[in-house]
Amino acid sequence: MKLVVLAGTPGSGKTSVLLHTIRTLVKSGKRPAVVKVDCLWTDDDQRFGKLGIPVHVGLAKDMCPDHFTIYNTDAMLDWGASNNADIVLNETAGLCLRCAPYPDECMAICVIDVTTGPNTPLKVGPLLTTADIVVMTKGDLVSQAEREVFRERVLDVNPKCMIIESNGLTGKGAFELAELISEGPEVRDNMVLRYNPPLAICSLCTGETRVARKHHMGVLRQLDGFMEYRGE
Amino acid sequence: MSEELTLTILGGVDKDGVPEPVKFLEVSKGEIIGIVGPTGSGKSTLIDDIEQLAQGDTPTGRSILINGKKPDALTRVDPRKKLVAQLSQKMHFLADMTVADFLQMHARSRGKGPGLVDRVIELANTLTGEPISPDTYLTVLSGGQSRSLMTADIAVISDSPVVLIDEIENAGIKKQEALQLLAGEGKIVVVVTHDPVLALMASRRIVIRNGAMVDIITTSREEQDVCGRITQVDNWLMSLRETIRRGEIVEELA
Repeated sequence: MKLVVLAGTPGSGKTSVLLHTIRTLVKSGKRPAVVKVDCLWTDDDQRFGKLGIPVHVGLAKDMCPDHFTIYNTDAMLDWGASNNADIVLNETAGLCLRCAPYPDECMAICVIDVTTGPNTPLKVGPLLTTADIVVMTKGDLVSQAEREVFRERVLDVNPKCMIIESNGLTGKGAFELAELISEGPEVRDNMVLRYNPPLAICSLCTGETRVARKHHMGVLRQLDGFMEYRGE
Repeated sequence: MSEELTLTILGGVDKDGVPEPVKFLEVSKGEIIGIVGPTGSGKSTLIDDIEQLAQGDTPTGRSILINGKKPDALTRVDPRKKLVAQLSQKMHFLADMTVADFLQMHARSRGKGPGLVDRVIELANTLTGEPISPDTYLTVLSGGQSRSLMTADIAVISDSPVVLIDEIENAGIKKQEALQLLAGEGKIVVVVTHDPVLALMASRRIVIRNGAMVDIITTSREEQDVCGRITQVDNWLMSLRETIRRGEIVEELA
């Protein structure tokens, strides 16, 4: 069984890229299944369902979507196995850009939109910097020079990644992506995350709503950069 | 740049999946080849196939060979090895940076030094009206200025042996000068155009209909003569345009 975790900035075209890639995978005799993780709502299961492959939706709701994904990775693989899949494609809505939901034994794919400008790769963080493959979308909306500058910026922050220029409308790049996925690693036991989670359990995560500084605990960083520990 | 260079297009299928009539086309170093056909017929799609050196993996099913061989994977993606430079129709800059910073970064992405930046700007300013300065922000450039800048960028920084041009006539720049600049030094130039001057400057033109290459027309002697005559008309129109741009009065018919 192979695991693919596909993450990316909102609106970058993750689902469109995946739809084209799945068609190519199916054509080459693979048996992919999709788990779509979103926060509040999605109708992507209907889009994936039209391809005639097993689809499962997970809504993280008030749980952090990255944590939800990691917590449920075993369950996704079991579900994939019970549906006779050989590749589980997990599309996730990683949002705060602080974590990256990539286990070490998956194919980690980050989808990023070229029209967000060449400074964006510097802001995306571990979602981009720990990915195996970076898929650049919407390149048809900018000049070739701008695409190349964007590519250079991606390589600045993640020198080892493979870059694929993809187009969610025409399906450009789907063939290469499907090929790389087919050559990806097999999942074994005891996967670990590629990137450490944030500094501490956040008091907002545990339900704190009061704003004043005195109500917050953990390893905290002040506006001037000073880091302190507050708590028991 | 390599000594030998040929670009081969192996035909695929039209919009209905029917094999296209032209199955094989070879273009050699130094040739300007046109692509003509009604709007929406698939001219830009052919350009895109060449740009990504398609290997039967695009909707058209076409394959592109370089020097008769299938290009390796890195040639397809790494800008430092890229054989194709493209001047596309879409020319809006979204990068929030100055012309000089952008060109410097582009030179780096192509594995070249920052010394080329001034030359690009200088060359761009020979093609457009209001001059571009190194400190200008990309996002405030006009359509014509952007085109001029990218034309000069392709001539100096990208400097790829194959240059693809999509409807340069819409740019409001000196199109013949731009074409000559890009065609210099023995490149293969593929130009999508509705413009009779540009179409007849090409030695051959591919005719596209319903997504397929249906014919290849070699520019005849008669057509070359026609091209010379319409070039004069075109230059006259261009000079009138300049006169009006300068805010002067048009006095008489030449």
